[in-house]
Amino acid sequence: MAPRTRSGTVGTLRSPGSRPALRLDRRRLLGLGLTAGAAPLLTACGGASTSGSDEEGAITFLSTQFTPVEERRRFEQILRERVPGGAVAYNPVEGNVFASTITSQVAANRVQISLVGGLHGDLAPHADRFENLDELMAALGDRRFPPEIAALGRLSGGATTYVPWMQASYVLAVHKRALEWLPSGVDVQNLSYDQFLTWVTAARRGNGGRPVFGLPCGPKGLYHRFFQGYLLPSFTGGQITTFRSPEAIQAWRYLAELWAQTAPASTNFDSMQEPLQRGEVLVAWDHVARLVNAPAGKPDDWVMAPAPRGPKGLGYMLVVAGLAIPRGAPEADRARQVIEALTTPEVQLEVLRRNAFFPVVDAPLPADLPPAIALEAEAIRRQQAAEGAIVALPPVGLGARDGEVSQIFKNCFTEICLDRRPVPQVLDRQARELNRILDELAVPCWRPDPVGAGQPCRVP
Amino acid sequence: MSRGVGSPPHRRSPGGPEPGRRGRPAGRGRAARRRGIALHVACIAVTLFMGLPIYLIALAALSSRESLNRFPLPLVPSDVSVETMRVFLETTGVVAGFQNSVEVGLLSLVLSLALGVPAGYAVARYAFRGRQPYQLFLLLTRALPIVVLSVPLARVFLATGLYDTTYAVALLHTALALPTTVLITSAIFVAVPVEHEEAAMVFGATAPVAFVRVVLPQALPGIAAAAIFTFVTSWNEVLGAAVLTLGRRTLPAQVLSTLADSPLAFRFAGGFALVVPALVFIAFMRRYLLNMWGTTLR
Amino acid sequence: MPGAVTTAPNPAATGSGARRRRRRARIPAPVLLIAPSVVFLAALFLWPIGVGVAQAFTGADGATVAHLRRMVDDPYFWDAARNTALLIVVLIPLQFAFALAMALLLRERPRLSSFYFYVWCVPLAISDLAAGLVWLAIFADRGYLNSLLARLGLGDGYAWLSYDNQATVFLAVLLAELWRATSLVLVIVVAGLQNVPRDYDEAAAVFGATYWQRLRHVILPQLRPSLQVALILRTILGLQTFAVAQALTGRNFPLLVGETYQWYVMLRNEGVAAAIALVILVASIGTAVVYLRVLRDPAAGSLR
Repeated sequence: MAPRTRSGTVGTLRSPGSRPALRLDRRRLLGLGLTAGAAPLLTACGGASTSGSDEEGAITFLSTQFTPVEERRRFEQILRERVPGGAVAYNPVEGNVFASTITSQVAANRVQISLVGGLHGDLAPHADRFENLDELMAALGDRRFPPEIAALGRLSGGATTYVPWMQASYVLAVHKRALEWLPSGVDVQNLSYDQFLTWVTAARRGNGGRPVFGLPCGPKGLYHRFFQGYLLPSFTGGQITTFRSPEAIQAWRYLAELWAQTAPASTNFDSMQEPLQRGEVLVAWDHVARLVNAPAGKPDDWVMAPAPRGPKGLGYMLVVAGLAIPRGAPEADRARQVIEALTTPEVQLEVLRRNAFFPVVDAPLPADLPPAIALEAEAIRRQQAAEGAIVALPPVGLGARDGEVSQIFKNCFTEICLDRRPVPQVLDRQARELNRILDELAVPCWRPDPVGAGQPCRVP
Repeated sequence: MSRGVGSPPHRRSPGGPEPGRRGRPAGRGRAARRRGIALHVACIAVTLFMGLPIYLIALAALSSRESLNRFPLPLVPSDVSVETMRVFLETTGVVAGFQNSVEVGLLSLVLSLALGVPAGYAVARYAFRGRQPYQLFLLLTRALPIVVLSVPLARVFLATGLYDTTYAVALLHTALALPTTVLITSAIFVAVPVEHEEAAMVFGATAPVAFVRVVLPQALPGIAAAAIFTFVTSWNEVLGAAVLTLGRRTLPAQVLSTLADSPLAFRFAGGFALVVPALVFIAFMRRYLLNMWGTTLR
Repeated sequence: MPGAVTTAPNPAATGSGARRRRRRARIPAPVLLIAPSVVFLAALFLWPIGVGVAQAFTGADGATVAHLRRMVDDPYFWDAARNTALLIVVLIPLQFAFALAMALLLRERPRLSSFYFYVWCVPLAISDLAAGLVWLAIFADRGYLNSLLARLGLGDGYAWLSYDNQATVFLAVLLAELWRATSLVLVIVVAGLQNVPRDYDEAAAVFGATYWQRLRHVILPQLRPSLQVALILRTILGLQTFAVAQALTGRNFPLLVGETYQWYVMLRNEGVAAAIALVILVASIGTAVVYLRVLRDPAAGSLR
């Protein structure tokens, strides 16, 4: 032990003995440990691939969809089996990472992603960062995208910025136990909002005072879509133009009554399938992909139903996911091929079968769907075919302000239902906020509001 | 191992001296025993509080998915299942993510100690005029939420070609850990008597040699504490890592951000799987942290 | 990068025995020692930080205070500011008392102390996302706490996290944060305690000092540098808290960083997000300055 003498001498100043030499040993050990640990650094340069992007000729596909671990595995399998021409490294990320990645890569002009996929609301803020896909869209004419869905993809100035990928909607999931409290003569497949309220009130009484109905009002919940696409269109026939109408006041007062019968834990629910599985609530409204696990175990115990109808009809919302190519993307041709492959009817049905997102192309549903998905497919079919159905779209053309507009509806909920403020004042104040955003954008309204080109949307 | 040679006087073995006994008059034996009991009760209470959540996450991670939906939830392992853990561990990228995380963690550790320990020494030993502004400057990166930093930072790394490498993440984590390293080590260096260093130099050591031979060993607990923080910060950091990489994720960026939408059972499995390596690291570093504990006692 | 390098260190002004004997280098030693870290941070992070701060004042057409106005008009902002302040003011003293008590317990070297220390450090290993998950599993309506109560026959569940039970919501967040972040203070205090010679303490005991007197006059003064550092770090990190509160309460208990996140991620309004971030930055640096000034170590001079 060479260092012993010198440090030993010094060590005597405080405590005699061999301690310093020992400490040096430990330090040396630490150094050794670190050196050993640092060895892999020299071999693996810059890190190992976690998405399969190291494979020869792999292109990177960034997406906000199929983040749950099982869905991701199933979709990766679809990509491997059904997409010809090479590997696709699938990177599912959260919305913020999605936005940051696209923004920073396009801004730095060093795009590494070839293909992006996301909901309409995820893609809308980046309209000017995507390639014009008009030609591709024309080549995909035989897919027969429904016109209202194809129109959503024309984000900026009428050019196609994304190609429709999948669609979904929101329905009610009902455990059969809750049906025992259904008022007589009422059909769960054809409810009105008043019947619905009577039902959940009776069910709560029957359930020992514990509410049976839940809404996804958690931080990542999609409850604003309930107001935008279901409650308000059903009561008012509109979304923005009727924001402050007497019917809207009636709708929000109804919601306050409904909330009084709703499980208060709803403000923690992001996706309703878990509280349903736990039996915490028996009836819930949510996105089909966020309900599908509830009946998966025992499909016979469950019913899926369209949302209730209101005085103006049955409002429901279409959810559309799309595929886009960032400007300056590497291997953009490969990305186009992947889009082509993902929009074939066979692959679309495969995605439905495995991951519960519905086709956006003309593809008849097969009879052998998994039971939970068959339940949802039937509810969606009834919802779309219902008499007086009012289709609502997620806000169109708001770009980066999409989230802020949705936040207005969430704020209305918070102030009316949680803080119990008077409805008209809340709506007046939120309407001013809404108009401030809309006036900056000056975009036409979207369905169910009357769509007038060149006429900026605002609350009258 | 050389550790074994020197350990006995150091380690506070379970059979070590009783707390109250040393250096007290014999007549106080009963009071000392009562104190000893109170001490144990307090320790056990704190241990329960700190340990119980870990027990629960392990319990939940190793339970079947159905049993997590029951109420009341079982509080003892009754329905053990490794199914969710297995599915989780088989997911694409978990192994590569683990490798990346270890790389990033160790690289950040080395970098932040290399940059931070000298600075900590300077802050402790020299009363230079820029000292306080320097400390505040260090805190800048920590004081601004990463979410606001992330996009400009990604742009810097894209421009330098470091984007989507473990190096980029390690640089970010070094910056996040640097204030901790500098401040903790400086607090420890302050406590190392300057006379020891002077004495070493009287005996002919140069300043760097005196630092390495005399000061560093005494500051080992602080350095170990800083190392623990660096590694753990890096191990658990999600937001920055997720923005700075794409195909070369660290494990938490790979897991935590994507598990947010997964069923509860997977979230527990992922959370638990991430805890284990960090625990091993702390177990290793703890010895250095407690290095000095016995020395002044003998 | 104010003054770190430019205000050239001047060792001679406060020169003491140690440095007078040191050979005078051409570049003063402290500059050499801190330069690498300054260069590192400046090279990589000065620009991103500048961009982040500038965003708060830049609109579509040049400089603007619109983002700031938007921020103060937002009802969540004031709740978030109040909650953040409340959490810090209540949490940090509790946390320090708790960590100090834990460190002193360990110092008494009970049986199994090494094991105890390990368990007490465990929360360090847990990311805030996972910590939020664990405590949500405990406090949720059908969580472990209510399960335990139900098994003991004490009612069938209390809504701990409901928006109308603000008191229990706050308690839940407080408890979760106390659990998650106390280990950081503990480790710093334990590392600092290593250098408090037991001889002093024992000498005081021999002269009849009570435990409290020894704590107050012997141990705490020696721990001062460590406590100061822990306080600065813990407050700055405390201002960054949000994942646990978000997991437990959604947006029912908004915190400032949570709002930054909300504006940046959900609302995609980087300007307002940057404005809130700036508030956090100012609060962090402000408290750090206060701590550095108020808790300036009076004994530090004698060590030099």
